[in-house]
Amino acid sequence: MQQQGNRFFFNVDWITVLIYLALCSVGFINIFASVPPEQSAVFSFNALYGKQLIYVITGLILGLSILLFDGRLFNVFSPFIYGGTLVLLMAVLVIGNKVAGNQAWIAIGSFKLQPAEFAKFGTALLLARYVGSFNPKFRDFKSIAIAALIVGAPLLLIMLQPDTGSALVFLAFMFPLYREGLSGYFLLIFLGMIVLFIADFLVPTYILISIIALIAGLFIYNNQRKQKIIFSTILVTVLAIGYLFLIKVAYEKVLAPHQRSRIELMLGLKTDNKGAGYNVIQSQIAIGSGQATGRGFLQGTQTKYGYVPEQSTDFIFSTIGEEWGFAGCSVVIGLYIFLLLRLINLAERQRSTFSRVYGYSVACILFFHVFINIGMTIGIIPVIGIPLPLISYGGSSLWSFTILLFIFLKLDSNRMGFI
Amino acid sequence: MDQLFNRKYTVQGLFIIVALILLGKLFYIQIVSDKYFLSAESNVLRKIYKYPARGAILDRNMKVIVQNEPVYDLMVIPNEVKPFDTLALAKALDITIEDVRKNLRKARGKSSYQSTPFLKQISVQSYARLQEIMYRFPGFRTQDRTVRHYPDSVAGQLFGYVREVSDDDIEKSDGYYKPGDYKGKSGLERSYEEVLRGERGVINTVYDARNTPQGSYADGKYDINAVSGERLISGIDIQVQKLGEELMKNKVGAIVAIEPSSGEILALVSSPGYDPNLLVGRDQGNNYMDLIGNPYRPSLVRPIQGYYPPGSSFKPIDALIGLQDGVIDPNTTFFCPGYYMAGNHKVKCEHVDGSISMRKGIARSCNTYFCNVFQKLITKNGMKNQRQTYQEWRDKIAKFGFGSKLEVDIPFERKGYFYNADHYDKIYGKRWGYTTVISQAIGQGEITATPLQIANAMAIIANRGYYIKPHLIKAMGDKNLIKKDYVAKNYVGVDAKHFEPVIDGMQDCVNSPWGTATLSRIPDIILCGKTGTVQNPHGKNHSVFIGFAPRDNPKIAIAVIVENAGYGSTYAAPIASYMVEKYIKRNVSGSRASQVEWMKNQNLLPALIDKAKKMKLTKADSLIIKKTDSLKRLKDSLKIKSANLKTSSVAKPNMLKAPDLSAVKTEIQKQ
Repeated sequence: MQQQGNRFFFNVDWITVLIYLALCSVGFINIFASVPPEQSAVFSFNALYGKQLIYVITGLILGLSILLFDGRLFNVFSPFIYGGTLVLLMAVLVIGNKVAGNQAWIAIGSFKLQPAEFAKFGTALLLARYVGSFNPKFRDFKSIAIAALIVGAPLLLIMLQPDTGSALVFLAFMFPLYREGLSGYFLLIFLGMIVLFIADFLVPTYILISIIALIAGLFIYNNQRKQKIIFSTILVTVLAIGYLFLIKVAYEKVLAPHQRSRIELMLGLKTDNKGAGYNVIQSQIAIGSGQATGRGFLQGTQTKYGYVPEQSTDFIFSTIGEEWGFAGCSVVIGLYIFLLLRLINLAERQRSTFSRVYGYSVACILFFHVFINIGMTIGIIPVIGIPLPLISYGGSSLWSFTILLFIFLKLDSNRMGFI
Repeated sequence: MDQLFNRKYTVQGLFIIVALILLGKLFYIQIVSDKYFLSAESNVLRKIYKYPARGAILDRNMKVIVQNEPVYDLMVIPNEVKPFDTLALAKALDITIEDVRKNLRKARGKSSYQSTPFLKQISVQSYARLQEIMYRFPGFRTQDRTVRHYPDSVAGQLFGYVREVSDDDIEKSDGYYKPGDYKGKSGLERSYEEVLRGERGVINTVYDARNTPQGSYADGKYDINAVSGERLISGIDIQVQKLGEELMKNKVGAIVAIEPSSGEILALVSSPGYDPNLLVGRDQGNNYMDLIGNPYRPSLVRPIQGYYPPGSSFKPIDALIGLQDGVIDPNTTFFCPGYYMAGNHKVKCEHVDGSISMRKGIARSCNTYFCNVFQKLITKNGMKNQRQTYQEWRDKIAKFGFGSKLEVDIPFERKGYFYNADHYDKIYGKRWGYTTVISQAIGQGEITATPLQIANAMAIIANRGYYIKPHLIKAMGDKNLIKKDYVAKNYVGVDAKHFEPVIDGMQDCVNSPWGTATLSRIPDIILCGKTGTVQNPHGKNHSVFIGFAPRDNPKIAIAVIVENAGYGSTYAAPIASYMVEKYIKRNVSGSRASQVEWMKNQNLLPALIDKAKKMKLTKADSLIIKKTDSLKRLKDSLKIKSANLKTSSVAKPNMLKAPDLSAVKTEIQKQ
């Protein structure tokens, strides 16, 4: 309190900051490796890695300046921040630039802003405020509906761009809600829906229905006396079977052809090395060719000669895989997991529900990004264009993760206080 | 609250499980499977192959008889092709614009980013024209390689031919051959493929995703220089071979000449022959089909595949076995009334000589004499043991190389027929004896042999009792290696002393007034021989001569067979004598030189067409097709012929294919 200098940075979790810096460095090094050799011969701020360096430095300044704010402000201003991001999301639909079919960018001079990235912390803040202020246990319909509305509004707007990948990330908010009391069944149902969705492609529908019916039958047989359980089991069964048919229809009518083919490729239902499957195949080849220890920095042939499209952005992990091998991949995944587990631990040590919910949100958003992005590059998840946090090239993405993370670090450093 | 706090572990657990799933999949694609690593290599690496020159082949006087000629394949990488002047390219290559488009489409169909053949083996002229305007055709590149050239335009069947490997070859080669490689498909080119082919070189170039070359891979660490194939020295005397082919022009038959002391084949003539250069270059396919379709079957290698009854040339061997077994001595005489009665069967003799000695019997080819010898040989252990004795006799003859392959160094040799006793058991049961198989005494009947086997028998007599397996190549590579088999002596089990009386008879055959081949005497050289007039149940007799010269320290053993040509003394013997003289003296001298010219102009091709039966071959023995596949091939060729010849009712021999071939030959020589 007496020492002005220490006041702002007092109690900041420097370990997290170190991991943050480590991941940013990994990003810079691999973006450097991903550009064609002639561009990396002389250092240039116009090359991708040069710009990324600027983003990292400005991001760091941004992060540190967040630490200068009063932590209470985030709680107080959360509705305005949330509202602001919603406005931006609506604005992007009107004045946004179309890039690769997605109307997701607002150009300000030469700088391009992606509102969807900022909507994440806007939503996280408001959700934390709601839970922190009203302390709902999510046992009643009303509280669930309010939470769903907070998360759903930006999700829907992003879907309209359409940017399915970014929208999917908003499902991460289920985890903080679960932590605060939302029934685990929601997660189970969600998991079940994914399993059924995949199974519906791999197994004939009538076999699936038989399996569901069989499980339901056994369940009812074991609980013959409990009418309530029997009733809900039948309801779930009917809904599940209905869902199966809904998938068929929705798959044909709702999903765009490129999304369908990505899903089919991922499930191995078709192969297409030249067309839609090219990215994934090339990415897997690059990663696989790294073998145990990788080809070495700047030695990746797939990387150097441009075989993997989108290599510095969404497919940056293929560079890591090729040049640093399984060892490098393990280190990067290890860093992420360490960061995620630490964030959860930090969140749990908060006194205020607001900080905890926000912390969980940050961890789970990061988790979704890491899982979907890496899963996509190694072919266990359909191609969904979302960046690898702190590593992928791009200002919007790097800054939004920085803001997301440093707000939490600020809240954490104030944990002994009030709120 | 405590209960909710525990949910932390659920969330953290989920993080860890997902991380493990990611690491598991990474472990699989990076460490377990090498599929991805290999795909990465094939992504960036383009291999440009450097084709080695095949080894040359020299004749016994170190004259080059098989060499290489540069040709150029025009290659294309379809993805690098930019719009170009198709007309200019077509003109430079002497092809049509449609061909240009078609070839480009084809190349694209094979691979759009790999170097693919656009037009193979373009001429030197096209190449020169193309070089000046090449810059106008991005994506195209010429690749130099070599093809075979046979300067003497002879011995097509002997050399065989080289062709681009088929998918089948590639599959069977265990990864050695790659598309575009050449491989010897028949003849010497085939049997010495591994020596001749050399080693393919490769240059590895790295390409980026836009298919732009990015320099050599790993500083050329994995590049390989092409290594030329090794040279072969053959025992062939190309001058003698050439003379043989000229003498056999417009005749069906074979000549085999062997150096007895080494087993080296001096000449191996198969007639009708063809110019091996026909099976080189862009017309290879068409010419090949023509050869296959030719009813005289130039594709047959008669010296090793044609079956002929050895005929009278078998008689000296009868005499040798008789002497060795002691059933006769050099002074034994038999009475010849002009025939020999084998039971009720009469074996005719060409002359009535009365009491005849062995020496004269051989010289005059007396059937009666050798039927008697045969009778003695088979009945020497009593009438009841004839079966057993026949089998012993058969095994003795087999040592001379009959009835089995001699393992000459060109492929597809056949072994001839020479039956064991049980073959006759099957036909006659137990009741057969020397009278049943008497025709074998004079080399007729069931026994057939290839000209190579017959010539080899002569080499045995010339060597007085042994032979070295006949072979065409006497030294491989710089170290002049040779297969062990081709230096080993094979003894036939007849003592050297028994040969001289037999050779006396053979000397008389050519050099005495009463011999059958006196007209073929060579001045200053004692040619020992034996004529044969092989009875041919299918048509006119075959003319056969076997012999060796000189009598002492023989330099050459020879067998000549001219199908459907009548007496051995008329065609086969003179042809043999010219060959022998050419080989020993390097030239045929005096009046005999004009005889050579006369012989070259004789047309003895069997007539092909029987007007009444439409098309039917006269059955010269080597034209009798035993295997069904070749029969089918022949039928197909006849169909083509009949289409060609429909307008003319009778085809005369001189209209046939063989003269055409020689016309092509001379044309090529001029070039």
